[in-house]
Amino acid sequence: MSENVKKKQIDRRWIFLLLFLAVAIPLIFVIGLPIETTENVRMVHGLIEQTPKGSKVIISFDYDPASKPELHPMGKALMEHCFDRDIKVIVTALWPMGVQMAEDIYSKIKDNYPDKKYGVDYVNMGYKAGGIVTIQAMGKNFRDIFPQDMNGTSIDELPILDGINNFDNLGFVFALSAGDPGIKQWVQVAHDTYGRPVSGGVTGVSAPAVIPYVNQQQQLIGLLAGLKGAAEYELLTETPGTATSGMDAQSVAHLIIIIFIVAGNINYWRNKKAEKKRGE
Amino acid sequence: MMEHFFSVLGIWLGVIVTFAIFSFLYKDNPFYKVAEQIFVGLSAGYWFVYTIYFILIPNLFDPLINDFAGNWIKLIPAVLGIMMLMRLLPKTGWVSRFPIALVIGTTSGVFFLRYLKSDVINQLTATMMNPFTGGDWVVVIGQIMLVVGTLTGVIYFYFSKKHEGVFGATAKVGIYFLMISFGAAFGYTAMARISLLIGRLQFLLGDWLGIISP
Repeated sequence: MSENVKKKQIDRRWIFLLLFLAVAIPLIFVIGLPIETTENVRMVHGLIEQTPKGSKVIISFDYDPASKPELHPMGKALMEHCFDRDIKVIVTALWPMGVQMAEDIYSKIKDNYPDKKYGVDYVNMGYKAGGIVTIQAMGKNFRDIFPQDMNGTSIDELPILDGINNFDNLGFVFALSAGDPGIKQWVQVAHDTYGRPVSGGVTGVSAPAVIPYVNQQQQLIGLLAGLKGAAEYELLTETPGTATSGMDAQSVAHLIIIIFIVAGNINYWRNKKAEKKRGE
Repeated sequence: MMEHFFSVLGIWLGVIVTFAIFSFLYKDNPFYKVAEQIFVGLSAGYWFVYTIYFILIPNLFDPLINDFAGNWIKLIPAVLGIMMLMRLLPKTGWVSRFPIALVIGTTSGVFFLRYLKSDVINQLTATMMNPFTGGDWVVVIGQIMLVVGTLTGVIYFYFSKKHEGVFGATAKVGIYFLMISFGAAFGYTAMARISLLIGRLQFLLGDWLGIISP
């Protein structure tokens, strides 16, 4: 890079400041930009809508606080949707802190569902190490892998787990995934081996690697990708939350990034042309 | 009262550490370094305790103590684990090669089967379709692009024939598909990073300052 080009570059700290303001201001002064729903998110919504009332499903919290801004709103909206539809939720976690993530959501929404009882409509089975091997073993015998819930209560004393022996007894599996182990392993075992419907929500970073599973083979039934996916789902379930309120900031920040990319490219081509003229 | 105190203290600690980390964007400084070291130390301590209480005790010690006859087989992974730890001593480090070899072998076997079925057979089957059926013109275009993108992408990675003529042109189309997918991946990454900033600002403006509803 020539010295001339270096001189023309702006201090990157100005970009940081601009992005900070681009995110902060729309959070304080809400613009209310429209949010469009996409097919992948509508598929997830449809899966829950079509699941019969009283069904038991697994929601696997495979993330930690580092991915909370993206995956937590999905988890909250999904759990509320399940409770609204009288679907019983069995929580598992392939990541240690996923247990606390699920509990945080349950503690926030349980007051809105006074008729839902722990052990009857919702249970948190806690964390299990082992990733894909654990999922594989769950498919053979769920009760062997989770003999008790996270509080140490025996599986036989929890009515929600009556008759749950393997994936055949579940409506679907939903993985909230920030990486490995996560949604990929659920697809590989729960769907591709045991043929159960699998859906999920992932961080924006991992979305491009997971989207191909939403295909004609229905390895995944829909996908919530990043904060946008969470906001779309909140819109469909009519439960606006932190994802919806963050979308204005997201859009403005993206606009700033696009402007900088375009300006940077124009500058690059102008410099290249000038260097060519000078014969460098 | 006590609960409220610790809740407020937690928020203030979160705020201080957040600003300390953000300060790196201006330039490297002692506040950032302190926050970074605290994070590293806390993570190491957390994982150490978590491994003992949530992995070793429930999966190994409890089953062996409560029902040794039914769980004696768990002694095998326990011994392998101890062999792994011998890596810490230079003289006995060679012992750890055996459990490592076992892990590599079993992982390869498990992953080979899983990935072959999920990422090769099922993905290929999903591409073997009539792209002109199944919905409106948007769906049809999407399906055509899926088939063309897959074929040209695979051709680009075929290196046993020189990329020239029709073969070369097809490979070039594959490159364009790859470039578009890289762009999409970058877009998703940018969205994810901005989402993290949004999460932090929702914490600062909501939980801490109370300007917005958290």
